[in-house]
Amino acid sequence: MKLLTHNMLKCNVKGVNNGYPLKIEVTTKEIRETEMNPAFLQGIVEKLEWPVFRAAAAQLGEEGLPEAVTPELLEQEDFLKKFHRALLEVVVVEGALICPESGRKFTITNGIPNMLLNEDEV
Amino acid sequence: MSRPEHVSPPELFYNEREASKYARSTRMMQIQSQISERALELLNLPDNTHGLLLDVGCGTGMSGSVIEENGHAWIGVDISKDMLDIAATNIKDEGSDGDVVHRDMGTGLGFRGGVFDGAISISAVQWLCYSSHKEHVPKLRLKRFFQELYGALRRGARAVLQLYPETPQQMELITSAAMAVGFTGGVVVDYPNSAKAKKFYLVLSAGQPTQLPRGKDGAGEERPLFHPGRRSA
Ligand SMILES: [Zn+2]
Repeated sequence: MKLLTHNMLKCNVKGVNNGYPLKIEVTTKEIRETEMNPAFLQGIVEKLEWPVFRAAAAQLGEEGLPEAVTPELLEQEDFLKKFHRALLEVVVVEGALICPESGRKFTITNGIPNMLLNEDEV
Repeated sequence: MSRPEHVSPPELFYNEREASKYARSTRMMQIQSQISERALELLNLPDNTHGLLLDVGCGTGMSGSVIEENGHAWIGVDISKDMLDIAATNIKDEGSDGDVVHRDMGTGLGFRGGVFDGAISISAVQWLCYSSHKEHVPKLRLKRFFQELYGALRRGARAVLQLYPETPQQMELITSAAMAVGFTGGVVVDYPNSAKAKKFYLVLSAGQPTQLPRGKDGAGEERPLFHPGRRSA
């Protein structure tokens, strides 16, 4: 699971109002390089919950992201590289996601979060 | 040949053996890629968009590759862990900006609102019409799926769902479930005069009326079926 995905996922178990952001438990993580696409980064930034992303990145060892993003920053190579790495290259391989409201735990194995719900959770 | 939807539920039908067979079939890959290209075309994204797309029933990530070639990142959901494991390997090996989540679309999607610039789905949504478990009610599953799909899309964004309805009633069931949650749009039929190649695309718009594109004429390619293996359960 990349942090891009983490930023978008929420717990939608029946009765849960605020299943976001999911807490991350990390057992193993990896850095997997991908090609940087500045246009994508410039576009996705408005869809991110930035404080959630920044906190998750810090938890995974990607420090140094600013508290807020400015149009100027989005033109800076250094910033884009950090942003790209934290958003798309850091992968939680084994671990779990935990709902802040219900405490429901979703395991991550082989980099894939298991968000399957039981019938009584739908 | 029998329809896969009649053989077993998708998580069992696409078991490890079928999943790897599926991933290795060149012909399957070609047809899937063509359908994915067409779905992307029908999404009608503005030029120079490098957005985030949702792939519902992403399987081994074949359509994800097409999404990526078109300059977008993607998140895929699928109910078959065996398919997703192959997708995860491909993502890793290819240095892809895709990512996958294990999820049953009939229980909703579990994404925040308005985060996707579009959604595609290749040959997956008709599965919602089959009750493979006794507690699964197709109408409810379709409702949950479309509600959360609508919510996850940016306002005005499209979802293009290529599917294989078994009957006109099934197409109607799926379409009306989409309209009931607020989608506008309708069905585009490619190659309507070819029994084998005929393809249905449900083209939906979240929040803005959409002018339906025309379907393609001509011969086209038939549904890529592979012989169903034994059930694993
Ligand atoms: Zn929850």
